Amino acid sequence: MSIQVRYFAALRERMGREHDQVDVFPEATVAAVWARAAGDTPLPTNTLCAVNMEYAEPSASVRDGDEVAFFPPVTGG
Amino acid sequence: MTIVIRPQAFDPWQELQDYQRASKLGASFGATAVFVGSMRDFNEGETVQAMRLEHYQGMTERHLEKICQQAQSRWDMLDCLIVHRVGELRPSDPIVLVAVWSAHRAAAFDASRFLMEELKSSAPFWKKEQLAAGGGRWVEKNSPG
Repeated sequence: MSIQVRYFAALRERMGREHDQVDVFPEATVAAVWARAAGDTPLPTNTLCAVNMEYAEPSASVRDGDEVAFFPPVTGG
Repeated sequence: MTIVIRPQAFDPWQELQDYQRASKLGASFGATAVFVGSMRDFNEGETVQAMRLEHYQGMTERHLEKICQQAQSRWDMLDCLIVHRVGELRPSDPIVLVAVWSAHRAAAFDASRFLMEELKSSAPFWKKEQLAAGGGRWVEKNSPG
């Protein structure tokens, strides 16, 4: 399954890129997408995750074509 | 219900006037609660010269719509307007405008507070400060209130 991965703010700077395209096995989770995209880098504490622009837990499963985003705590307003 | 993400500077009072005038609210409302958040020139003991505000285009708008719908289901809200700045900001620039119209004051006060707190805690926006002393830093968390 092909997944579009996006990074925002401080996490984007830390990763050194805005997005990745990764292939994962069927029924993979958000955490598995991170592992595939980031290799040995563990998911930083407090990182928020979204699937198709809705907040999701790292344990949530993804489907082919999904957009998965990782970002630090939000600071708007 | 209107959500606007604005890449240019805006005047919240003008926005408010224009929006209300163009709306179908007529004389149905007895209360308008307004919150305006602006950029300070200091944070965490440092002088801040400028700030860049980022968002997640698509998710930010969708999330703000969701919290407006939640407010609508909890309070007798006639209408609401959220305008949020992104891009390069200078101290004293308005960052956010939240306005709620209702028949009576309790709904307007409570719904506007709810919208503002939800926006701050969950809408995907991020601030990077440019410090007067040099260098940039990401704001790690919002103040509790």
